Formats: sequence, structure tokens, C-alpha cells
Amino acid sequence: MLKYDIVIIGGGPAGLAAAIEAKKNGIDSILVIERDRELGGILQQCIHNGFGLHIFKEELTGPEYAEKFIEELENIGIEYKLDTMVLDVTDDKIVNAINTKDGVLTIKSKAVIFAMGCRERTRGAINIAGSRPSGVYNAGMAQRLINMEGVMVGKKVMILGSGDIGLIMARRLTLEGAEVIGVLSRDNFAAGLMRNVVQCLEDYNIPLMLRQTISKINGKDRVESVVVVNLDENKKPISGSETVYECDTLLLSVGLIPENELSRNAGIKIDRATKGPIVNESMETNVNGIFACGNVVHVHDLVDYVTEESRRAGKSAAGFVKGELNNNESFIETKPSKGINYIVPHKIRVENLEKSLELFMRVRGVYKNSKLVVKLNDKIIKELKKRHMTPSEMEKIVINKSLLSEQKDAVLTVEVVKEA
Amino acid sequence: MYDVTIIGAGIIGTFIARELARYTLRIALLEKDNDVANGTTKANSAIIHAGYDAKSGTLKAKFNALGNPMFDKVCEELDVPFKRIGSLVLAFSEDQMETLGELYEQGRQNKIPDLRILNRDEVKAIEPNISEYVVGALHAPTAGIVGPWELAMALAENAVDNNVDLMLNNEVIKIEKQEDSYVIFTNEQQIKTKYVINCAGVYADNLHNMVAKPSFEIIPRRGQYFVLDKSEGNITNSILFQCPTKLGKGVLVLPTVHENILIGPDAEDIENKENTETTEERLCYVMEASRKTLSNVPFNSVITSFAGLRAKPSTEDFIIEESNQSKGFINVAGIESPGLSAAPAIAEYVVNMLRDMDGSFKLNEEFNPIRRKMTVFMALNEEEKKEIIKKDPRYGRVICRCENITEGEIVDSINRNAGARTFDGVKRRVRPGMGRCQGGFCGPRVMEILARELGEDIVDIVKDSKKSYIATGLTKNNV
Repeated sequence: MLKYDIVIIGGGPAGLAAAIEAKKNGIDSILVIERDRELGGILQQCIHNGFGLHIFKEELTGPEYAEKFIEELENIGIEYKLDTMVLDVTDDKIVNAINTKDGVLTIKSKAVIFAMGCRERTRGAINIAGSRPSGVYNAGMAQRLINMEGVMVGKKVMILGSGDIGLIMARRLTLEGAEVIGVLSRDNFAAGLMRNVVQCLEDYNIPLMLRQTISKINGKDRVESVVVVNLDENKKPISGSETVYECDTLLLSVGLIPENELSRNAGIKIDRATKGPIVNESMETNVNGIFACGNVVHVHDLVDYVTEESRRAGKSAAGFVKGELNNNESFIETKPSKGINYIVPHKIRVENLEKSLELFMRVRGVYKNSKLVVKLNDKIIKELKKRHMTPSEMEKIVINKSLLSEQKDAVLTVEVVKEA
Repeated sequence: MYDVTIIGAGIIGTFIARELARYTLRIALLEKDNDVANGTTKANSAIIHAGYDAKSGTLKAKFNALGNPMFDKVCEELDVPFKRIGSLVLAFSEDQMETLGELYEQGRQNKIPDLRILNRDEVKAIEPNISEYVVGALHAPTAGIVGPWELAMALAENAVDNNVDLMLNNEVIKIEKQEDSYVIFTNEQQIKTKYVINCAGVYADNLHNMVAKPSFEIIPRRGQYFVLDKSEGNITNSILFQCPTKLGKGVLVLPTVHENILIGPDAEDIENKENTETTEERLCYVMEASRKTLSNVPFNSVITSFAGLRAKPSTEDFIIEESNQSKGFINVAGIESPGLSAAPAIAEYVVNMLRDMDGSFKLNEEFNPIRRKMTVFMALNEEEKKEIIKKDPRYGRVICRCENITEGEIVDSINRNAGARTFDGVKRRVRPGMGRCQGGFCGPRVMEILARELGEDIVDIVKDSKKSYIATGLTKNNV
């Protein structure tokens, strides 16, 4: 049996940042396990720029952003295994994995960090009726085929879902010579970042088709057309509003789901809203010594935030191994209140905070001229004015430790309040 | 010249092909599609019925009762997943309990073993998640579930192992009767054959009408289904039927052999024999109807939905006979439910009929009923896992993350007789893409492996039919 102090599952942005930070905090025995043929995760297929504005103050492509971390990881000598699949992690932190070289690997670790990322929702999950021809792709799969395999996926394309990958693929397909008919959003706003709407759709005259969805896919062998229907205010289809669009390809960008099969098997509790582990201020799950960070916890808009969160997880895991992480039973619980969909982290052990607490959250709808109100045991401790909030942009609130330090077993809530 | 030509490589055609291979005959198995098991066989409820449901005295009743006990052996020989998990017909009122009594009586006449009528508490003890509306059930412990397309693919492989000629993408255009033989014209070739066995599913009437005056009609009856994620696999361990009423048979909830949950079907007679589209209204109906069976059906765990066509005969019963207008042309038509359950018995019956008719069949001493086992990597113990990776490192590379399917398994599925040629062909044989990501991650890798093993360009790999191209060319950088 192999032994390590920290095993990190996933070599994407989350796993890389966590590994480097753990090493910087004094842990030498670290192993990163990556299932793909190279480190970097999904960043490797994101060849567009826009990464790193917060962390590096410059605009990088996905592979460039990944390369900065991969280089550092190699330079400081962190071990990793590629093309290696973790089959199982037990709650006493035994990791079972396989690859072609080592065969079956059994690894005992003092701490484990889950950084498996997320996967895309599929056609099946959103129940689009019609036939099942070729030419229906998840946007991320199409991105991999185009950017990594050099294979083009269609000539005339409709995109369902206005998440960031959908927007970016609209531009990518256009640059590759395909005609993109439009990008459909069920809401009256785009699900992706505003800057992507501008740079990927508006700059290329690709229509953003709001309050519309696809009711049917036609085509025996390959997609021949899709039926688009308008939605009313309650997002119900308006009958008679159907329009048929001829196309050979349909891309789906209808949401991302944290990949938590390993977490569930390890006995980790999952938040229904984020679909990721319930974590504390140190990014530790309910299983002692198992940490989680990045899109496996909640889906982020920006990789920069993934990096920040994962550094915290790496540092905390190092603290755990060194016996420095305070494992006090009492904590503050965070609870999303009016207008808030979720808050990460879920539990806060104040002793483990350095100077401040970072809360990440998403709102439920579009709010204009409102404020985020943070209450501790019903007492307002912070207010933040917001001119514009949408579910597609993650909100971050920093709270000074001193505002929390006197409190134990308390409840912290965040709500949206409209300004008069 | 072929002795026997079977038209249609679905569950019936493949069963008959493998059964005929026990004799020293030249056998052709023609299929219009790009893979075997591509029609009704790939889209049905996957149930081996106990046999109480068909009216006593019909061929359906006879062959279902004979077929059910044959599955253990054939699935063992061919290494196909089969589980005898039992079925419950749920009654939701005292009136329906009477209907269950009638079904029980019919089952007794059909000689179905071990049937029992259970009260609510007894049902609840077997399936704790049943809804509050259930008042009792008919329990049939001999009912089972099977992988239907996996069975047909295994039968085709074993038939080809035993020298049957499988010809895919051969659609029959016309059949000419000659004195003691037939000439079959396909889109690809002409085949001379002594006997023709018509196993053409929803097209069996069209085939029959090529050599005889119309005497029956096959009506495609569409049924739609949901598949739920494996994480919900334990919501029922039995096949849950609803008691049939004047309004219809109700919908089923059952586990599959791969521990997903299958919910459906509805029933709708349609015109177009190719129309396997799903529709919003019908899927909604299936969803609503299933809520009667279980108190909580987790529809947020749906991973896909699909529709299949039953080959409903205008005669109401299976048609298994030599055409009286055309000697040597044998119809095996209208094999709707319980056709899958009846298939092994039908095959045995048809082959015996042909043997007696011909009188000169000789047993093939070299016939091997055993198909080489499929390795399911995740089902191996640790020692076996170590050993197989040592022998073939490709078993150490996981391609499908949802179900942990290795490159070794995928390569094996391609390099067998009647092996996978398409993306869906790999998916149906070894399941990458069947899981919750539906091929989102493993898709490009599977295409790459297919291209490498088949010696084709990745751009030429198709999803299913020959025209179902995936790539439209290369990117600008890659040209």
C-alpha cells in the first residue's frame, strides 16, 4: 500500500492550486491523481482568453492559465499520476485507483482533497421530445472535439442554453465557418457572464433568443430541424408560438452539475442546492480530513475564484495533517434567506479564520438596486449595495473576523432587500 | 446458395439464426440497419414475463410459458445479464383485486408456477416504496429482466461464431419465388436461398406481401419510456405492473439489469413504421401514470427518454407458420409482447418445423453454444483486476467515468464477431454513454478508439445509421 500525507483527486485548476498551496504550507508527501492524459482539466480545451484577470491581472487563455500552475507544480516537485482513475475513496481515506502502468493502486492518505470538477447536464435530463439523431452535442463535448481533436461538429447550429460554454461555442463555431442561428435562453436574461454575451454574441451578430426553448428535435439520421417555442412569464410554452428552424446541429449548454459520485460513496453530505459537498470555512467536508474545492463544491463563473477557494482547501489540508486545524465542535451555520439560492461555506469555525471570512453565493433572480444583508442571529452585521444582481454572476461577501469572533453555535443569514 | 435466409436481425431473427446453426446449413442473416438489435429489440420493457397475462390457448400464452424457463440456460451460455426478480401486478381498488383473481386463474391455466395474491402488507414487505393507493398485488416470482439488445447481439455473435453469415445494411427490396427456391434482392446484392424466414418486425407484412397476397397487417404501436439514473436503482427491486383496466395496461416501473430504473410505456397506434419520436404529451402521461405505483418517483434523476414500436398483428396473436401461398416462406410475425419472453421457444419451434419439413437437416457436431465471456472490469475482484491489467494494460484505462468502463472492454466489443461498428454500437454492447453524462466526456475517446480499431478516419465514425455522421469535417487548423 502506498502512503501519502495528501492525495488530491483531479488535476484541473482546483487540484493544481490545492496541491501547490499544501506544499507551500510544509507538506512534501503529496500525490495528484488525474484521469485525463494531461494536467489542466477542462482549461485545456478552453482556448479562448479571459482567464486570470483577478489572480494574474492579465488575460490568459485556458491552457496558458493551466500552464502557470503546471509549471509551478513541476518546479516544486509535486508527484502526479496521469491517465489514472480513482474508483473509490473510503471514509478512512484509502484511495483505490487504476491505470495502465501501476495496475491497481491502493493508497492510504492522511488527508484527501476532492477536486473532480463538474459535468454537463444532458438532453435526457431536460427531456426534449422528438427523435434521437446524431448532431446533438453537449457544448463541452463539442468544444473538446473542435479544440482538441480538430474535428468540426456542424454547419448550421442552434444553441440551447446561454451558459458561458454555450456563448463561447457560438463564437468558436462562427470562427470555424459554421452558421449559428441563435442562442436560446429560457429566462429573460443570459445564463452566462455579461462580457461573454457582448464578446461572443453581439460582436458576431448572433441573436440571443430570450424566453424561448426547444420543444422538439427532428431528423432520422442527423438533426434536420428543431422546433423553438416561446415561453410565458411562468416559463410555460405558449402553444401556437412554435417556429421550425432548419439546422444540422444542436448544442446544449443547459447547466453544469458537480461530479460527486466518489464523495457520496465516501459518506459525504451533499447540499441539494449546490449539488456539492457541505463544507466548512476550511473547505472540509463532514468526513474529517476529506476536503473539497472548485466546481465539485459549487459551479463557479471564473476560474480565478476556483483557484482562491482551492488554495484555501490546500492550506487547510496541510494544517489538518500538521494537527493545526482547530476541530472545535461549535460553529456558525450559514443559511440562505430571501432571494439567495445557496451560500458556501455552510459552516464556520471562527477559530480557523485568519482575518476574514469569504462567503460565496448566488441569488435566485434578477435584482436591480438592491442590497445584500448579512445577519448573525437576526442582527445585521453587514450590508452591501448592489446595482445589479443575476443568478449567472456569483456574489462574494467578505466579513471581518472580529464581527464573528464572539459568536458560537449561531446562524448567519444572507438575504436580498430592495432599496427604497 | 443458402439453405436458409433469415430477414431481420432482431431478437427473433438472431434467436432463430443461432438455433439453426446447430445444423450443418448455409445460413444468411439479413439486416437492413447498420447493427443488429436496432428496431423493437433495442426499445422495449426488457421483461421476461411469467406468462399469466396472455389468453389461454393462444400462441402468446403457449410460447411465453415455454420460453420463460429457457432464459437461465441461454443467458448463461451467452454471458448475458438476466435476473429473475419477480413481478407484482398492483391493484388499486377492490374491483381490481377481482381482475387479479382472473389473471391468477388464467395463469393457472397457462401452467405458470408459484403465483400468489398478496394483500397490501405483504406487497409492502416486498416493495416498501409502493404508493398509498395499492391495495394488493399478484406476485409472479418467475418473471425476470434481461438486457434485450445485449441478448440479441450475443445471439448474433454466437451465430456468426458458428458460421452464420450476417449481412448488415442489406434491405430487402424484392423477393422472387422460383421453383424450389427464392431470390432475395437487397440494396446490396442478390441472394439465392431455399427457405426464407420472415422476422422483419414491424415490416413483416411488407415482406410477406412480396411473395403472397396480403393476409395480415402489422400496426406499429409506439410506447415511450424514461430511464432514471443508477442512484435511484433501489426504488423498486421487482417489476411493478399496474392492474389492467378498460383504459389500458397502465405503465410499468422496474429496475434494469444494469440497475437503472425504467418507467413506461404508453401505447399509441401510429402510421409510420420509422416513427420512434418521443412526444411531450405522452411522456407527461407516463410520468403522471407512474405516480400511482410509487409514492415518490424521482423524475429529477431522468437520464434519458426513448420510444419503441411494438409489432402489433391485425390477427391479435403471433403469426408463426409457413405461408400457405408460398411454400418455404415462413412468417414469424406480429411478435409483440410477450415476444421477448417467448423468443427462445419460438426459435426452437420454428427450427423444428423447418427440420421436419425439409427432412435432411444434419446436426453440426462442431456447434459451440458458448460465447466468449465479456469482461466487466468493475465486476472483477482486486486480484482479477490486477491480473487483467497486467495481461492487457488497456483494462487499466477508464474511458467512461460514469460507469468506469475501460478501453479493454471497448476494444473487445469492437473486435468480436458481429461487433460494434458505431458509437451507439459500442454504447449498447459495453455501455459507455449509457450513464448520467450520456457520453459527454467519453464520446470523443470512444470515437478515437473506434477509428483506430476499425482503421477508419475519426471523421467517418457514425452514431448509428450509415447516414448519422458525427463530424462534419476537420477544423481549419487541422485540414
